[in-house]
Amino acid sequence: MTTKRTPGRRKRAFAAVAAVAALLTTAACGGGGDDDNEGSKTGAAGYDAANNKVAQASLAKKGGTLKFGGAQDADSWDTTRGYYGFMWNFARYYSRQLVTGKTEPGKAGAELTPDLATGLAQVSDDGKTYTYTLRDGITWEDGQPITSKDVKYGIERVWAQDVLSGGPVYLKDVLDPEGEYPGPYKDTSKDKLGLKAIETPNDKTIVFKLPKANSDFEEMLALVSASPVRQDKDTKSKYGLKPFSSGPYKFESYSPGKDLTLVRNTEWKQDSDPIRKAYPDKITVQFFSDANQLDQRLISGDLDLDINQTGMSPQGRTTALKEHRANLDNPVSGYIRYAAFPQSVKPFDNEHCRKAVIYGANHVSLQTARGGPVAGGDIGTNMLPPSVPGSEGQKYDPYGLAGANKDGNAEKAKEELRACGQPDGFDTTIAVRNNKPVEVATAQSLQASLKKIGINAEIDQYDGSQTSGIIGSPANVEKKGYGIIIMGWGPDFPTVQGYGMPLWDSNYILESGNNNFALIDDPTIDGLFDDYVNELDDTRKTEIATEINHKVMEGGYYLPFVYEKFINWRSDRLANVYTTDGYSGMYDFVNLGLKSTTT
Amino acid sequence: MTAPLHEPTAEAAPSAAEEAAVAGTGAKAVQGRSLGRIAWERLKRDKLALAGGLVVLVLVVIALLAPVITNLLGQDPNEYHEDLIDPLFGTPTGSFGGISGDHLLGVEPVNGRDILARILYGARISLLVGFLSAVVAVILGTVLGILAGFFGGWVDSLISRVMDGLLAFPQLLFIIALVSVMPNEMLGLTGSSVRVFVMILVIGFFGWPYIGRVVRGQTLSLREREYVEAARSLGAGRLYILFKELLPNLVAPIVVYSTMMIPTNILTEAALSFLGVGVKPPTSSWGQMLSSAIDYYESDPMYMVVPGVAIFITVLAFNLFGDGVRDALDPKGSR
Repeated sequence: MTTKRTPGRRKRAFAAVAAVAALLTTAACGGGGDDDNEGSKTGAAGYDAANNKVAQASLAKKGGTLKFGGAQDADSWDTTRGYYGFMWNFARYYSRQLVTGKTEPGKAGAELTPDLATGLAQVSDDGKTYTYTLRDGITWEDGQPITSKDVKYGIERVWAQDVLSGGPVYLKDVLDPEGEYPGPYKDTSKDKLGLKAIETPNDKTIVFKLPKANSDFEEMLALVSASPVRQDKDTKSKYGLKPFSSGPYKFESYSPGKDLTLVRNTEWKQDSDPIRKAYPDKITVQFFSDANQLDQRLISGDLDLDINQTGMSPQGRTTALKEHRANLDNPVSGYIRYAAFPQSVKPFDNEHCRKAVIYGANHVSLQTARGGPVAGGDIGTNMLPPSVPGSEGQKYDPYGLAGANKDGNAEKAKEELRACGQPDGFDTTIAVRNNKPVEVATAQSLQASLKKIGINAEIDQYDGSQTSGIIGSPANVEKKGYGIIIMGWGPDFPTVQGYGMPLWDSNYILESGNNNFALIDDPTIDGLFDDYVNELDDTRKTEIATEINHKVMEGGYYLPFVYEKFINWRSDRLANVYTTDGYSGMYDFVNLGLKSTTT
Repeated sequence: MTAPLHEPTAEAAPSAAEEAAVAGTGAKAVQGRSLGRIAWERLKRDKLALAGGLVVLVLVVIALLAPVITNLLGQDPNEYHEDLIDPLFGTPTGSFGGISGDHLLGVEPVNGRDILARILYGARISLLVGFLSAVVAVILGTVLGILAGFFGGWVDSLISRVMDGLLAFPQLLFIIALVSVMPNEMLGLTGSSVRVFVMILVIGFFGWPYIGRVVRGQTLSLREREYVEAARSLGAGRLYILFKELLPNLVAPIVVYSTMMIPTNILTEAALSFLGVGVKPPTSSWGQMLSSAIDYYESDPMYMVVPGVAIFITVLAFNLFGDGVRDALDPKGSR
């Protein structure tokens, strides 16, 4: 009955107003924090004290419980299946790889260092053979030694995409480009080690034989998807619930979406591991459905840091910036937030129409929508993230996005529109994920500034969990007329291949799960990527990366918004904290310590 | 509208002939007071209801004149004023959400759009959806309810079961699912108009059983009355009885239920916009404003207060007015 329904709804409206009134009063009393910048009374290291440098390393003590919180659980804790950056970072607690990123702040964190192996690869002259020798004393959580066969089996699992989907497949693409090996679960050989590209002449030696050289191959071996997995402990699709540990910690309990507890792996030996310090005795992760609740728990000191490392939400950020600056770091994330222009949608097949949008957009407004210069990031001027070798940051700004045209240049935009044959503008559609309020805000900002040059953009908010089938399907993009797609991208590993190949190489235009949204099909760019993959000289690799970036920008396929930055929280208790480029500006989890071992 | 009372005082119930005469010759021929007159006099004494009605009237005028008012104020609902925003926090620099002479209710965080202008334009969406979906529900509910009550038998069973089914249907979930698969263009409409159109239809469609059940119940009791019998024995056709005899007696409950339904529909629209399946940006709606205010409830509480209060006042006014109308039309009430 209507009358029965109405009072219920009415009550809800009353309650909302009452809640607002209550908040008003609390906000009024809650003002003015007093801890200023450096060396606060609470013991926090100071604003930006752990950004690209180590904060309070000497205060770290052995023991205690390190407490993570998060708004989002990992896609999977299975080393083969995880693709979230924070999962790769966290997985170093319970998994080891042949090589991994250095446990050092900033750029050095992206450099490789031996882990299970005694040294970096011995590479043959043609760049096709990589040989590693394993260290002594490396063990599984039951005390058995880790062998080269375990490493091979762990890598073979990448081939079993039908069972273990979700993770990166670079190793499969490079070692077996023709897709000949069926994966370990369909392997007919007795030991399930039928992959020909990897040889294990003895338990201590592993040899990779690439059909075609790839200058970034060792970077791919540093991904957690190259971790060893022991065959008798492989529970296939359930492995992510309790991975068998090769690192200093092992799973004690895990309920997906609720909590996760790691305890010390007593079989792990410090002298077998040159990089992991393993300070705390116990590591807990608690998941929340509401980001605001998480931020409150961080600020109140119940939790030490956010496992997702994607920055605080606007609410908590404001409180933290006003009252707890000493607990914050403001790292560059490695992500670029941008709009891409699919060339299949008219009139974006014409580069002048694309450039009209680039010039017409108000870049300061887009930056504000992303969260401003601190929480959003610096205005993006080109498509190579600052953490990738070969990037020039804001120094390369072909369209003056952070300079003369930062508020939008209507005149230049109109000029481009005339060159495009659309002097009065045109209609188009902006596609944006509905579950990212910040992205919707950028879409609205773009819509508002484009209106001024006669481009009428409709905003289509699609289901953000269906990205690969909606904007990842070029056929659907063309059908829906998505002329502008709002997205973001961060490097899987910090090179132009790990960042740009899926975005700009024509070989990566896919029917579904496509990321080359602009449908760039330029033989020059493809050729440059080929050169890059074959080039073994680091200086030349960097030059090629710069060149690729220039070609992409000259085509006007993208409108970069910001080089993303975050405001991340670190509790007073944390010691030996630093951000690393190896994990896109996150704190390096594996070596975090606590100042006091009592909780 | 002249409508005879349907209470059992047998002499008072006019015959079909009398009523036809009334309709034909005009109200002045009638001795005594018509129901509408009585109701109006009662309503006049109910100050709370009158105040509610006045607010509703003002809201309608404001909504209709939204472009004129915003023009006079020199504001545009979609114009960005980023100079009024603190880039560090994304909140307005001025106090109380950036209230100033130019922006009487302050500006939105992040982009600095004028909140008053957006509230005024949002009123159009809220009232449009509230009214029109109530109209859809009333038409469907009256026609189907009267058919079910009058014909009985399998017609009644069928319609009643459909109503039961619809009442048990999770309408909010269904609308969310429907809107997400809606095409961008439909019947010559694009963008927000498609969403508004769909919302009106769907909210109306799921609302009709509430009215349908009441109308069916009333019809069931009315069709056995003597005046209906009389009309039937004089050879009146079914349609005549339906529309000339029964319908006028159903006006009172229908009016009451419509006034109660409008605020419910306004809240449903707000809920849908709150969940992100309502109107598309940059079109504003109260629910959508509330939803985006969640992220700023502490740092910029004014942003949440304004649309919250707007919804509160509107729903309250409609409910007070609806209650008054019900009391006024209640034949058992004191005269």
